[in-house]
Amino acid sequence: MLKYANPTLFLGLVSRVWPWLAGLSALALAIGLWGAFFSAPPDYQQGQTVRIMYIHVPAAWLSMFCYAAMTASALGTLVWRHPLADAAQKAAAPIGAVFTFICLVTGSLWGKPMWGTWWVWDARLTSVLILFVIYLGLIALWRTIEDPSRAARAAAILTLVGVVNLPIIKFSVDWWNTLHQPASVFRLGGPTIAPSMLWPLLVMALAFTLIFTTLHLLATRNEILRRRVRRLSIQAAAAGHAPEAPAHRLTPTRVSS
Amino acid sequence: MKRTGPLAALFLREIRVARRIGGGGAMGVMFFLALVTIVPFAVGPDLNLLSRIGPAILWIAALLATLLGLDRLFQADHEDGSLDLLLSADTPLELVVLVKCLAHWTATGLPLVVAAPLFGFMLAQEPAAMAALAVSLLVGTPALAMIGAIGAALTVTLRRGGLLMAILILPLAIPILIFGVSAASAATSATTPFVTPFLILCALSLAALALAPFAAAAALRHMSE
Amino acid sequence: MATARFASFRLIAEDLSLERGGRKLLAHVDLALESGQALAITGANGAGKSTMLRALAGLLPPAQGRVRLVGAPDEDVASHAHYVGHLDASKPTLTARENLVFWQAMLSLREWRTALTPQDALARLGLPHVADLPVGYLSAGQKRRVGLARLLLAPRPLWLLDEPTTALDRAAQAIFAGCMRDHLAEGGIIVAATHAPLGIDAQHLELGAPQAALAAPQAALT
Repeated sequence: MLKYANPTLFLGLVSRVWPWLAGLSALALAIGLWGAFFSAPPDYQQGQTVRIMYIHVPAAWLSMFCYAAMTASALGTLVWRHPLADAAQKAAAPIGAVFTFICLVTGSLWGKPMWGTWWVWDARLTSVLILFVIYLGLIALWRTIEDPSRAARAAAILTLVGVVNLPIIKFSVDWWNTLHQPASVFRLGGPTIAPSMLWPLLVMALAFTLIFTTLHLLATRNEILRRRVRRLSIQAAAAGHAPEAPAHRLTPTRVSS
Repeated sequence: MKRTGPLAALFLREIRVARRIGGGGAMGVMFFLALVTIVPFAVGPDLNLLSRIGPAILWIAALLATLLGLDRLFQADHEDGSLDLLLSADTPLELVVLVKCLAHWTATGLPLVVAAPLFGFMLAQEPAAMAALAVSLLVGTPALAMIGAIGAALTVTLRRGGLLMAILILPLAIPILIFGVSAASAATSATTPFVTPFLILCALSLAALALAPFAAAAALRHMSE
Repeated sequence: MATARFASFRLIAEDLSLERGGRKLLAHVDLALESGQALAITGANGAGKSTMLRALAGLLPPAQGRVRLVGAPDEDVASHAHYVGHLDASKPTLTARENLVFWQAMLSLREWRTALTPQDALARLGLPHVADLPVGYLSAGQKRRVGLARLLLAPRPLWLLDEPTTALDRAAQAIFAGCMRDHLAEGGIIVAATHAPLGIDAQHLELGAPQAALAAPQAALT
C-alpha cells in the first residue's frame, strides 16, 4: 500500500480502480434506493417521511467520516510532509462540505413534517451546522493562500485544531441546548430499528462510502494533475520562454506522459 | 548595563506600539460603545428585553472587538520583517506568541472588561449581573485572544485576511461564547447556577492558553517559510 | 576592539538544494567559511540570492542538504546568526532607541556581555542624533542604518546580509564597510547578497540563472 504514496503510482492505481469503484457505487446505490423506497415499510408514527432517513443518516455519517479522513491527511502533511497527503486533504474538503450540506437539507426537509418548522436549534442540527461552517472555512483558506504547499500546511493545522475543538463544541452545544429547551423530539423511530428498515440503511451507508471513495480518488488525481500543470507553467516561465500552448491548454494527459 | 529579559522587552514593545497606534484600548472600548448603542435600535428600547439579552450583546461585542484587532497581531511583524527575527530568536516561538497575545489582551481586552459594567447600566443590568458579566469577560476574553491568534497566524501572509480569519475563528469560539454568556446571565436567572458554566469557562480558557500557542507557532513557522 | 571576540567558527553548507514555489533555485551547492572570512553572493534577479540567505539563516528549510555552524552549540546556525533582510524590522511608531533596546533584549546571546549600547551603536553608524525620534520620521537610508545597528548591539558571529547597502549613501557605505571589517577582524563571518561592491575583502559566489528543468515532471508535485 505504501508504494502508492508515490504520486505517479497513485495516478496509475486510480485510473485502474475508479471504473470498478464507480460501478460498485452505482450498484450499491441502486439496491439501497430500491430498499429505501420500495422494500422498507413506512414508519408507524412518521409514515412515508421516514424514508428521508436513508439519505440523511448516511450523509451525516459521511460528513464525519470525511473529516476523519482529512485529519489523517493533515497528519501526513505536517508529520511526513507528503505531497499526496496535501492533495488528498484538499480534495476531501469540498466533498465533505457537500455531504454535510445534504445532511442539513434533508434534516430540514424532515423537520418540516416532524416539528412543523424547517429549522430548529436542535443540538445535533446545530453541531452539524458548525461542522459545515468549519468545512467552508477550510475551503476558503485553501482558495485564499496562493502557494499550494503553504495552503496545505495552513489547512492541515486548522484541521487538527478543529479535531481538538469538535468534541468541545459538541459538548458545549449539548449543554447549551439542554439549558435553553427541553430534550429534543428527534428520535430515530423508537429505541430499536426493525431489520426491514435496517438493511436498506446499511446498504445506503455502504453506497455513500463508495461514492465518497470514488469522488475522493478522482478529486485527488485532479489535484495532482493541476499541481503538475502549475509546476510546469512556473518552470516554463523561469526558462524564459512562453509555454508552447497557453497554460490552460496543457492537458493532463500531455503532462503526465 | 541593565538588561530586561526578552519576553519582558517584547511585552513592553507590544504595549507601546498598541498605545501609539489608535490609542490601544480606547479604540476597542469605542467600538464596544458603538455596538451597544446600535442594538436598541435593532431590537427596540424595551428595558425588560434589553436586560434579558444584555449579557449576550456584551459578549458578542467583546468577541467582535477582540477579533477585529487581532488580524494585525502577526501581520504587522511579518510586513516589517520583525517576524523573521522573532522566528530565529532563541526564545521559543510559543512563548513569543503567548506574550504577544497577553500584551494584546492587556491593551485591548482588559479595557473592555473594565468598561463592560458601565455598558451594563445602559442595558438595564442589575449589579449582580454586572459583576458576573465582568468576571466572565475577564476569564473568557484571554481565551478569545488565544484562539484568535491561531487564525491570525494562519492568515499572516494574506493582505486582507481579516474576513477569512473571522470565518475560521468564529466556529471555534462558540464554546467560549456559550459558557461566557451562560455564566454572565446566570446571576439573574433562578434556574441555572453561576458556578458550573463559570468553571467550565475557566477550564476552556486555561486549555486555550496552554494549547493555542503551539498551534499558532506551528502556523507561523509554516506560513513564513 | 579588534581582538578575536569570537572563538573559531566554521559555516558549512553541504549539498544545499533550494526550491521556491515549485522552482529549483539552487542545486548541490557546497560552502565552507572560516572565522574572519566573508562571502559575497551575486547573481541576476531571481537567481536565488535572498532564498539562499534565508536558507542559511534557517528561515527556509532546504529541499536537500544542510547548513551548520561548527563551534556553536548543536551547530545551530539560527541562534548565532544575524539575518538582515530587505526589511528593517523597526516599528515606525517607536523611537530608534526603543526599537534597538527591544532587539538587543531579544537577540542577545547569554555568553557575550560586551555589546554596544543602542546609543553607541547608532553613533558608530553616524546617527547619534536620531535615537529618540520615531523611526517613521527617518529617511530610508537612516532607517536602514537603524536596522543595521542591530548587528552591533547583540554580538553574533555570523552576519547574513541581504543587500545591506541599499539606500545608504557613499559615506554611510564606508562607515558600514568599517563595521564589517571590524567584525571580520574579531573572528566573525559575513555572507552578503549584493549588487554593489561591499568594500571588504570577500570571496565571491555567482549564482547562475534559475534552473528550469522541464524534464522529469514526476519528481515531485508541489
